[in-house]
Amino acid sequence: MLVLITYDVSVITSEGQRRLRHIAKVCVDYGMRVQNSVFECEVDPAQFTFLKQKLLDIYHPDEDSLRFYFLGKKGRQKVEHYGAKPTPDIFRDSLII
Amino acid sequence: MKKLQNSLYVTRQESYLHKERETIVIKQGKDKLAQFPAHAVANIFCFGQISVSPFLMGYCGEQGIGLVFFTEYGKFLARIQGRQSGNVLLRREQYRVSDKDALCLDIARSIVLAKIANSRRVLQREVRNKGAHPALDEAIARLANCLRRCERPDSLDVLRGLEGEAAAIYFGVFNQLLKQDGFEFKGRVRRPPTDPVNALLSFLYTLVTQEISSALQGVGLDPYVGYLHVDRPGRVGLALDILEEFRAWWCDRLALTLINRKEVKTSDFDIEASGAVRLKEDARRKVLVAYQEKKQEEISHPFLNEKVQVGLLPHCQALILARHLRGDLQHYPPFSVR
Repeated sequence: MLVLITYDVSVITSEGQRRLRHIAKVCVDYGMRVQNSVFECEVDPAQFTFLKQKLLDIYHPDEDSLRFYFLGKKGRQKVEHYGAKPTPDIFRDSLII
Repeated sequence: MKKLQNSLYVTRQESYLHKERETIVIKQGKDKLAQFPAHAVANIFCFGQISVSPFLMGYCGEQGIGLVFFTEYGKFLARIQGRQSGNVLLRREQYRVSDKDALCLDIARSIVLAKIANSRRVLQREVRNKGAHPALDEAIARLANCLRRCERPDSLDVLRGLEGEAAAIYFGVFNQLLKQDGFEFKGRVRRPPTDPVNALLSFLYTLVTQEISSALQGVGLDPYVGYLHVDRPGRVGLALDILEEFRAWWCDRLALTLINRKEVKTSDFDIEASGAVRLKEDARRKVLVAYQEKKQEEISHPFLNEKVQVGLLPHCQALILARHLRGDLQHYPPFSVR
C-alpha cells in the first residue's frame, strides 16, 4: 500500500534539529522523498508497523506532528506531479543508472 | 501473489554502490547519483566497472537480493548468493528426480512442448498480422509435427534431438520476421555473437536467465541441477530449462519489436576485432528500458488463472515446479501461451 507521510518538527532547539534529521532518515529507508518533509512509502502492513513505531519513538508529541495518509494499493494512480524534481516510482520505473 | 519488485541496473562506469541504513546508494566519486529503499529492489545488475561495498554484498545475501555482475557488454561474470532459502527436503527431491530418467523426461518433455508451442505461436502471430507466407506456413506445420512427436519421446536424448530440430526450423525462418534493413539473421551464433540480431538475443537471454536463477533460489530450488540440460560445472541447468519456456515468447518477441520498430539500429552495435558484436552503452540502456516495460505488462497466467506481471513469471514457474517436486502436482505445467 502507498502511504504518504508528512511531518512538522520544531527546530528551535538543537534537539529538535536532531529529531528532524532522524525522522527523515527513517523515512528514506522505506520510501522516496517527494518534497521537503513529504515522503511516499510503498510498504506492506508489516513494514508500515515498523516504520510507524520507529517514527513515533523519535517524535516529540508536544512540539512535533506526524501525519499518515493511506492511499491504498492503487495509490499511485491518485498522484499527479507538476514541476521540478519528479521522483521515480521505485517499484515500476526502470531504475537504470 | 508476491509483489513484483524492481531491478536496479547500474551501467555508469566507475560508480560505487554501498549500503546506508536500509537503502542502496549509488555514488560516482563524491556525487550521490541515487538512493533507493532496499525493499523495492529484488535484483541488482552491474555492468562493467562497478564496485560494491562488502557490506552491501552481505546485506544482499541476507535479504535475498540477487547481485549479479556482467562485463560492460552483458557477458555474465558472477552472482552473489546468500544462504540457501527454503526446505532442504525440496532440494533433495530435486536431486533425486534428476537421477531418475523417467521423472526427468516427464518434466523435460513439458518444457520442450512449451518451448516449441511458444515459438510456433510467434510465427503464427506473424502470419496472422502480415498474411500467409509459404516459408512460415511450412515451418508452422513442421513445428506442429515436432509437437506431436514430443508427446511420447523414448528417452531424453530423443527429446533433445526433437528440441534441436524444432529450434533449427524456427530459427531457419526467423529472418522473415525482421523488418529493418541491415538486420539479417543467418542462424543462431553465440559465444560470442557475430551479428546484431544474435547479440541482442544473447543479451536478453542472459538477463532472463539471471532472473530465473534468482526466482529458483527464492523458492529453495538449486538452479544448477536441471532436467533437460545436462549438469556441467558452472551452468545453471535448471534456470536454462525454465528459460526454454520463455525464449520465444519473451526474449525473441522483444528483440523483434525493438528491431522492427527501429528502436535499435545497426549503428547501435560495435564490432570488435575478434568479430564479436556488442551492444553500445546507450543502446543497452534503451534495451533495458524496453525490457523493464515488458516486465510490467500484465498477463493472465495460463495455469494459475491469475493476473501476473511478466516480471513475476519466473517466480510463478519456480513455485509451480517446487509444487510438482513436492508431489502436490502430478505433472509440471510449463508456461505456454494460448
